[in-house]
Amino acid sequence: MSSNQNILVKLKEAGFRINDKWLVKGVTLQIEKGKIVTLIGPNGSGKSTTAKIALGIYKKIDGEVEKYTNKVGYVPQKISIDWTLPLRVNDFMTLTENLKADAINEALSLTGVIHLKDKNLGDLSGGEFQRVLLARAISKKPELLVLDEPVQGVDFTGEIALYELIKKISDELNCGILLISHDLHTVMSATDHVVCLNGHVCCSGTPIDVAKNNEYKALFGEQASQILTRYEHRHDHIHTTEGEIKKN
Amino acid sequence: MLDDFFIRALLAGLGVAIVTGPLGCFVIWRRLSYFGDTLAHSALLGVTLAYTMEFNIAFSVFIISSLIALILIQLQKRTNLPGDALLGLLAHSSLAVGLVVIGFLTFIRFDIMGLLFGDILAVTVDDLLIIWIGGPLILLVLKLIWKPLFASTVNYELAEAEGLNPDRAKAIFTILMAGIIAISIKMVGLLLITGMLIIPAAMARNISDSPQKMVVYSIIGGVLSVILGLFSSLEFNTSSGPSIIAAALFLFILSLLNIKQSIKLKN
Repeated sequence: MSSNQNILVKLKEAGFRINDKWLVKGVTLQIEKGKIVTLIGPNGSGKSTTAKIALGIYKKIDGEVEKYTNKVGYVPQKISIDWTLPLRVNDFMTLTENLKADAINEALSLTGVIHLKDKNLGDLSGGEFQRVLLARAISKKPELLVLDEPVQGVDFTGEIALYELIKKISDELNCGILLISHDLHTVMSATDHVVCLNGHVCCSGTPIDVAKNNEYKALFGEQASQILTRYEHRHDHIHTTEGEIKKN
Repeated sequence: MLDDFFIRALLAGLGVAIVTGPLGCFVIWRRLSYFGDTLAHSALLGVTLAYTMEFNIAFSVFIISSLIALILIQLQKRTNLPGDALLGLLAHSSLAVGLVVIGFLTFIRFDIMGLLFGDILAVTVDDLLIIWIGGPLILLVLKLIWKPLFASTVNYELAEAEGLNPDRAKAIFTILMAGIIAISIKMVGLLLITGMLIIPAAMARNISDSPQKMVVYSIIGGVLSVILGLFSSLEFNTSSGPSIIAAALFLFILSLLNIKQSIKLKN
């Protein structure tokens, strides 16, 4: 069971319902150190819910969740900061963990918002705030990063840079990343494992496996399938049937 | 020196203000002013209990307020009524029951006005001890739960996801609220305790740009209100509670001038 040491979170047939309405069910996936798992699927398919199950925010769930780390960085999909709170970017950075000034500066520089350090959180634009959220999540050097649409509202060039940053963080910190994104183009180049959701797991595997899957094509259309396969050549490793990874 | 009732009142007031400062900030941030009101109203029941059982007032108020908080949580889970309706229900029914019980206790002379609005003459050396032991204890616990409480105030899911246990922090905070009401009831009276929590913190919000600053200014505002209020209460022979709250309001109005200025500067 030596490979188990790399597992950060494991979901087994996990599901969540409010009263009798299932938000998502039967999700099995695991996140390992240094790997990026991406959740894709249409609106309301249970992506954010799956992330919250993995994070332990939802407690009354069906199935099983095993979480092996407490060093977690989370970028939620929606967050509203109350005006009654006088909160600067600098205060927000140390929200869940006390950090040295160096660590704060480094993270803010990486996401390109160091100049906003002393600004009030309420005065930021949507894209700026998103960069601060990402900086906060990575500043604590987590073992597990959960990013729920981390680049929403970020400008086009910034989006590409941030996805590159996310890939770099996963390599440098060797942390596992659970990524939720609508942007099939940018995401797929860096993703190790794709889980396609539609209230349940409709298919999963490497980006190429998923792209070839008929259920995926039915859900997203032929064009989306081509987007995924286009990134085939960028892969620098192959996945063996035993689930191991070999460099090309 | 402690023989002088005014010195005792001053020491009691300062002890209370130092604690209501930081707690009041959380009351504003978490939108708990009506919750504080409800706990304070229920304190009357605690007082009557203390008189009938010959119990310490602060202690029995603390017990009853905590109990009301527990009942509130249960009601929230078991009914479909909105939160503010439940708060109103508990606040006024516990106040009413408290007053009815007082009506039965004809053998004890109650100073109702003192209970409702505070009475500086009533502060004893024992009360001082309770305030200056209980107060720092409340502050110490608040400091210990600051991180999870503040993080979950900003965003509950973020705090929960990153392993801070916000539910526990919230439960402890509720107990601290019952604690501050218990130790401050004699000073400001049960109808005005929430004012002592909210007004200095609201004043502080107007002039601060970070949570730490808001806490510090809130404490300073509370301390100034107590000093100003108590001296004018002595001067004009008014109840201590309303005098302190009026002084706090005065400071709040002053802080509004600061907002006006900064808006002008922005334009």
